[in-house]
Amino acid sequence: MSVQSTSHDFKNNTHRALGDVKLQQAMGFVRVGFIEKRAAAAARLPEFEALRDSAREIKTHTLKHLDLYLERYEEKVTESGGKVHYARDAEEARAVILDICKSVNARIVTKGKSMVAEEIGLNAHLEAHGLVPVETDLGEYIIQLRGEMPSHIIAPAVHVTQGQVEAEFRRVHTHLDPGRDLSEPSSLLAEARGVLRDRFLAADVGITGANFLVAETGTSIIVTNEGNGDLTQTLPKVHIVIASIEKVVPTLEDASQILRVLARSATGQDMSVYTTFSTGPRRADDPDGPGQYHVVILDNGRSAMLGGQFEDMLRCIRCGACMNHCPVYHAIGGHAYGWVYPGPMGAVLTPSLIGVDKAGHLPNASTFCGRCENVCPMRIPLPRMMRNWREKEFERHLSPAVARFGLGAWAFLARRPWLYSLAMRPAIWAMARMGARKGRFSFLPLAGGWTKYRDLAAPEGETFQARFRRQRSGR
Amino acid sequence: MSTARADILGNIRRSLGVDGNERIRLAQVEDRLERSPRGVIPARGQLEPEARVALFKDRAEAVQATVDHLARLEDIPVAIAAHLRNSNLPAELRIGADALLTGLDWDKTAIRVSRGPSDGRDLVAVSHAIAGVAETGTLVLTSGQDNPTTLNFLPDTHIVVVKAVDIAADYEAVWARLRHSYGKGVMPRTVNYVTGPSRSADIEQKLQLGAHGPRNLHILIVG
Repeated sequence: MSVQSTSHDFKNNTHRALGDVKLQQAMGFVRVGFIEKRAAAAARLPEFEALRDSAREIKTHTLKHLDLYLERYEEKVTESGGKVHYARDAEEARAVILDICKSVNARIVTKGKSMVAEEIGLNAHLEAHGLVPVETDLGEYIIQLRGEMPSHIIAPAVHVTQGQVEAEFRRVHTHLDPGRDLSEPSSLLAEARGVLRDRFLAADVGITGANFLVAETGTSIIVTNEGNGDLTQTLPKVHIVIASIEKVVPTLEDASQILRVLARSATGQDMSVYTTFSTGPRRADDPDGPGQYHVVILDNGRSAMLGGQFEDMLRCIRCGACMNHCPVYHAIGGHAYGWVYPGPMGAVLTPSLIGVDKAGHLPNASTFCGRCENVCPMRIPLPRMMRNWREKEFERHLSPAVARFGLGAWAFLARRPWLYSLAMRPAIWAMARMGARKGRFSFLPLAGGWTKYRDLAAPEGETFQARFRRQRSGR
Repeated sequence: MSTARADILGNIRRSLGVDGNERIRLAQVEDRLERSPRGVIPARGQLEPEARVALFKDRAEAVQATVDHLARLEDIPVAIAAHLRNSNLPAELRIGADALLTGLDWDKTAIRVSRGPSDGRDLVAVSHAIAGVAETGTLVLTSGQDNPTTLNFLPDTHIVVVKAVDIAADYEAVWARLRHSYGKGVMPRTVNYVTGPSRSADIEQKLQLGAHGPRNLHILIVG
């Protein structure tokens, strides 16, 4: 069982989000910063579009040969002294990780940012078994203190305001002077740096995710700006990498192609500050680095996505560009999606991983504006796949009866053009007469869901088809 | 063979409609691993040596690193002493066993030099990068006795020496070099690509330098 979801309650989640003043204030920062920075970074690199094509082809090729690249990757990890573990689902992954921690009598476990660790609910599991997991990415640390899930895949605390961070630090860091000045982001960062530095040095095990696994060399790659992932994987005696099956790429060159679009799409940087390539445990003559190196490879429903309608989703490199550009995400933030992955990529991935019965609402949270696909560095057809999920939701009778009846009635009409125009002509005529004075309706029977929030423009009296015919014959 | 492993590989093969023994697929995988095709390489870094070094400097400064260009290796200790003084830092630093760094005449400065990995109590460390990448102003460091990985992350100030001749156009040139020195498919324990000092924008998207890694990154290009 993966971490609990509230995706089934999406409707209530969104209502709460829209009324949350602090959240709306925080989301304002997403709407501006990320979009401008990505556009500038893409414009600085003439080869950006060609690199997107190249990145897409690399992943497509890899997915078609995923079994073979995984085998090769495992072989190379083993050769370099590391150990690969496979986990079919979240429960197995948690058990493997807990076993490794127990085998070295670990108490403090530092963690680099990992969405897969969120997916399997790792922290709660370690805590339940007496360990102390410590998130070290500043954003992850903030939400761990607040007992929340990330609301963005690369900026997990994007929903939190500076004032809320200050309040949380004052609540938790009680060993520090209560009169200290925390009014600037820089003082908050300095405080987190100091508190977490002690944790890094005290940790027995460090757990990171991986942006890529390289089959050619058995290398795991992490990309960070803070350096927290590196301290997590360098200082403790054991380094555990948790990664899902689709993270494999063939070669270092392939990883480099994708790295060129990753940071630019995510934060608008040409390159993130730290890109680290780890291969096996500490060597005989190494003065530092972990004594043990483990990689836990998680499936959790992904292998079933191969070869089907949703295979393209496995190209995702978790840059967050889709949510940064999504008007729905901007309005409701990440938590409303109810599980680990928000935004357009979450709307497609979540039903694949936890079931369309639980997450069927998410693919409806789209205006189909297409911006997500436009900015996706891997050119994943997100709108198409959201449509696929809507069809599945409908086929499986998961949508409400009223919606089904409405869609059924519309489909009946739409498939019979003569009946459609017969029904529309008098309706449009009547609406035009009724709405002629104001030019819009602020209330319409049967359309309350629309008119409750905005007016509906009144038609001018003629259907589109009628005008089209008239203008054509008039030419 | 564990059941989880067999199940996952089996599921992948079932979904792809393959059994894993198809000769064409095996050949395609072998071919890609053998040839490691380079893909699309940005023209930006493809420059003559002098312009390449200038681009490296420009890109590194654009991500808040500070850069000094020295003519000779012998100039390093004095340049570092000046940098420490100007930054109000004590005349103390840590290095690994790298011959380039241990071979310098530190005695002509007042700097106290200690050796080995960091335990977190050092303010300043000096490393020798095996390469720079002009395309993005990126330094490439490898783990080992010579340049312990902890020196890259624990000290507040990281000073990195890179020879001008080691500044490459792109990442691919670095991989080619590593394959040449370590052998195909073999990597040092850790390769660190470092592009500027540590930073975070996790609080209201406001960029702050000095998250968990060094607050300052000072690069000495030599030659």
